[in-house]
Parts: sequence; structure tokens; C-alpha cells
Amino acid sequence: MTFGLGVSAIGQGLLWATLGLGLFLTFRILDFPDMTVEGTFPMGAAACVAAINNGINPIWATLIAIGVGMLCGLATGLLYTKGRIPILLAGILVMTAAYSVNLRIMHGRSNLTLLDKPSLLKLPIFAHSPMYFDSVFLGFTVIVILTLVLIYFLQTDLGQAFIATGDNETMARSLGIKTDNMKIMGLMVSNGVIGLGGALVAQNDGYADVNMGIGVIVIALASIIIGEVAFGELTMNQRLVAVTLGSILYRFVLLVVLKLGFNTNDLKLFSSVVLALCMMVPVFRDMFNLKRVWKRGISTHD
Amino acid sequence: MTKPILELRHVVTKVNRNTPEELTLLKDLNLTINEGDFITILGSNGAGKSTLFNTIGGNLSIDSGDILLRGESIANESEERRTRFLSRVFQDPKLGTAPRMTVAENLLLATKRGEHRHLVPRHLNQHMAEFKKMTSGMGNGLNERLTTPTGSLSGGQRQALSFLMATLKKPDILLLDEHTAALDPKTSQELMTATNDRIIAQKLTCLMITHHLDDALKYGNRLIVISDGKITYDVSGEEKQQLTQEKLFSFFSDLQE
Repeated sequence: MTFGLGVSAIGQGLLWATLGLGLFLTFRILDFPDMTVEGTFPMGAAACVAAINNGINPIWATLIAIGVGMLCGLATGLLYTKGRIPILLAGILVMTAAYSVNLRIMHGRSNLTLLDKPSLLKLPIFAHSPMYFDSVFLGFTVIVILTLVLIYFLQTDLGQAFIATGDNETMARSLGIKTDNMKIMGLMVSNGVIGLGGALVAQNDGYADVNMGIGVIVIALASIIIGEVAFGELTMNQRLVAVTLGSILYRFVLLVVLKLGFNTNDLKLFSSVVLALCMMVPVFRDMFNLKRVWKRGISTHD
Repeated sequence: MTKPILELRHVVTKVNRNTPEELTLLKDLNLTINEGDFITILGSNGAGKSTLFNTIGGNLSIDSGDILLRGESIANESEERRTRFLSRVFQDPKLGTAPRMTVAENLLLATKRGEHRHLVPRHLNQHMAEFKKMTSGMGNGLNERLTTPTGSLSGGQRQALSFLMATLKKPDILLLDEHTAALDPKTSQELMTATNDRIIAQKLTCLMITHHLDDALKYGNRLIVISDGKITYDVSGEEKQQLTQEKLFSFFSDLQE
């Protein structure tokens, strides 16, 4: 039973890691928080489930989810760069609008099930995998492909221009990089990946819910920050891998919380607490000067 | 016979247009820059030196007049498009480099200044030997730090890197906006010497804003003074050679009156 829960946590961590990777592109590379994801994630889920219910192949349905995610990113990007609306507000506007769109996609219902319908997890290659292992295999495959694609992208001329835009916009422009286009592209790719995350989670859970986007930005941020706190100074490629490991670690933290007797209603509170604590690690480190204490501890043993 | 490379004709630049705070920063400014000119620019604060650079660079659009590059108007070209022929070094060391990217990555970005960037591998390693050679020319240890994020370099190293990045792909026009002003006197002198050597070696056309009268006199073949949005003094060649600090000082005090 406990083994099963562990495997399930790894599977969940892998599927949800797509969110962390998507958000990494905006939060860590472009260096701004993109609230759009709270609308993109349920939209990816809704579009995927609605498409499958309409008889579309799960693979195509997942690609549709990526497409609608990119459209959300495009909307935010245009509001932000061409409309000069601050990024936080641009994201909230699109996120709010997405709620209505999601209800439309799901024909006015707040919940759409995949019961008895095909999904990526019911593909023949997963037919003989033991319980929970299907999501691990699917998540692993998707994460490996996604991470490799991102690593390739960030090492191209275009990817480097994208990184430079987030790092120093004045410099990027002075080298002829069209920074507005880079931001729009980043938001599109990021939200496309998050739409993918919504599609995967919906197929794993067996339904899409209009409220499933609430708090997902916290979960995505938790993957990124837990990865950074746990692994410290890393290269760009290592940081991408750390996001996935952070996402899995986060699932184990939730598992522990549930084991302690809290119920699932408390999870959002714990998500925020975990993220807040992780983000305050540098403050704690300074406050207690942990490094010096550790060093002293080691030197006295010498 | 040297040809004009950049011409500013009757340029007027305003900021805060159509608001009560509207200000006219450049007032019917005329300037013809010839190929190979190294122009030092003097002027008091608020005279319009930086506005001139921002107007040439496309950060500010002009209200009337025209800007011509080799006879063709570029007045409506965007800032990004103008980087095909123009590069600049800012006064603030933080503005010229990407802090989380390494020295080599910054240099690599600069090799494609003004070009389209495609989804093709960047080939960083193929450039390393070239970067090593180039940075060792600056004589400040930059060549030892190619794989260091620029955020952990000293101000002098960062400005030297910014300058290299600006000249790596030869620009038609180089704008230096007090690029040594934020550095200590020794580092500042070293960078200025390296700057001059490279401008002469590459036969660059360069405009340099400075507050150091002796730098303005020592370097370049032409000196202009900007005051109140206009060019009020313009000397070149022999006449500039014979210019002294005293003459410049008296000129400035004349202006004040």
C-alpha cells in the first residue's frame, strides 16, 4: 500500500512537473510571474477532455490542449507588450476570461468526465503496467522529451536571445533582439507546456474541472523553488532537471501531510506554507548563519 | 575625400509630447559625420548629449528633420533595426551585459548583432579560441573568466566586455556614452587607451560623450560641443590639434554668460 502511494506520488510529480517546466520559462528566464497559468491549465484540461468526448484521438486531443495554451499565452503577451498592461494584471485578465471560455468548452458544465473514454493512459503500451505505473511511464516519457526539447531550444541562437531578454532587456535591444517578440514567444511556449500539463493531469484523473486551476501557480512555483533549494547552484540544463525532481519531492511532502492526518481540503494551505517556507530559506540562512555554524561544527572535529 | 556616413538634418526631438511637461531637447540640430570620424562630444548636463545618442539609436523618435545613413533616411527605423549598423556602450556597467550569462555567451550574442536569430545550435565552443584571443587583448584578466557569469565581474571588466561586444561585429557607427565614467581613474585610463587603439585599428566611426576635457582633446580627430540642444562648436583636424584646455574653458565660460 505504502509502496503504491510512493509510486503514485512519483507519477503525479512527473505529470505535474510539466507545469514547473512551463512556468520556469517565464518565472526564472523572463523573470516575471505569469498568472495566466491558472486559466491555461484548466483550459488545456477542458479542451483535451472535450475533444476526446467528441471522438478525437487522445494524442490529437493533447496537442489541441497545447494549442489552446499557446493562444492564452499569446493573449497575455499581446496585452503585456503591445497593450502595455503590467504583466501581473495581463495574466489575471486572461486567467479570468479563461474561466468563461472553459465553461463554454465544457458546454456550460463545471465538470466533464472521461469515463469509458480513451486516454493517453489507456494506450496499448500501458495495458500491462501495474497500478500507478502507467502515469509514471507516461510522465517520464513526456518529461524526458520536454526537457530535451527545452535544453535544445535554450542552446540555440533564438533561445539565447530569449534568455538575454529576461536577463538584460536594454542590452538585448541594443544587440537587435526584438524583446517584445521574445516575451510573446516565451509566454506562448510556457503556456503551451502548461496546457499540456492540464491535458495530462485531466487524463490521469479522468475528468476536467473548471476549478482545477486554482492555486496551480503555487504548485508550479513549488517545483521550481524546491528544486533550487534542494540542489543549489546549477547550470541551466541541470536546473531544468531539478524542476522535475522538485515536483516529485513536493508530492512526497503532500503525501506526508496526508499521512499526518490532514485531509485533501487542507492541501492548498500546505502548498502555500511549503512554498513560503522554501522562498524564505535565504532569509533563514542569513538569520541563523547556518553555514558558519556548520563550518565551525566541522572544524572542531578536525 | 571622406564621405558622409550619417547626417542629421534639422533634427528636432521632443519628449512628453502634448503634455504640460513637453520639452524640446534637440532644437534644429545639424550634424554630418564622415566615415572614419572619431568625434568627442562635450556639453554640460542636460545639454542634449544623451538625447543625441538616443535619437541616433532610435530610442527617441524625431519630431521633424531627418536622419540619413549613407544618404538613405532611417528616421522611421526601429531601435532594433538600427542595430544592424549601430552599436553602443552605456555609462552604467550593468546595462551593457547580461549578468547571469557567461562572458563567452555575452560575446556570442554580440556576434549576431542586428541579425535574425534562428532555431539553430549556437556553436559556442567553435568561438572560444577567438574569444580568448580577443579578450586577452584587453589586458584585464577577462580572458581567464570566459565561463564566469558577467554578474561577478568587476565594473572595469564589464565595461571592457561591453566595449568588445560593441565592436566585435564591426559597426558603421559606434556610440560611447561616457563608458569610462563609472570606473576608477586607473581602470578608466586603461579602457580609454584600449578603446582608442581598437577604434584606430578597426578604422571605426565613433562618437564619444565625455566629461573629461583632456580625453576630449587627446582622442579623436574632431570635437563638438552641444549646448541647449544645438551644436555650438565643431572643430576638426589641425584646428582640433591646436586646441587647449584653456581655450575650451574660455569657450565654456562664454557660453555660460
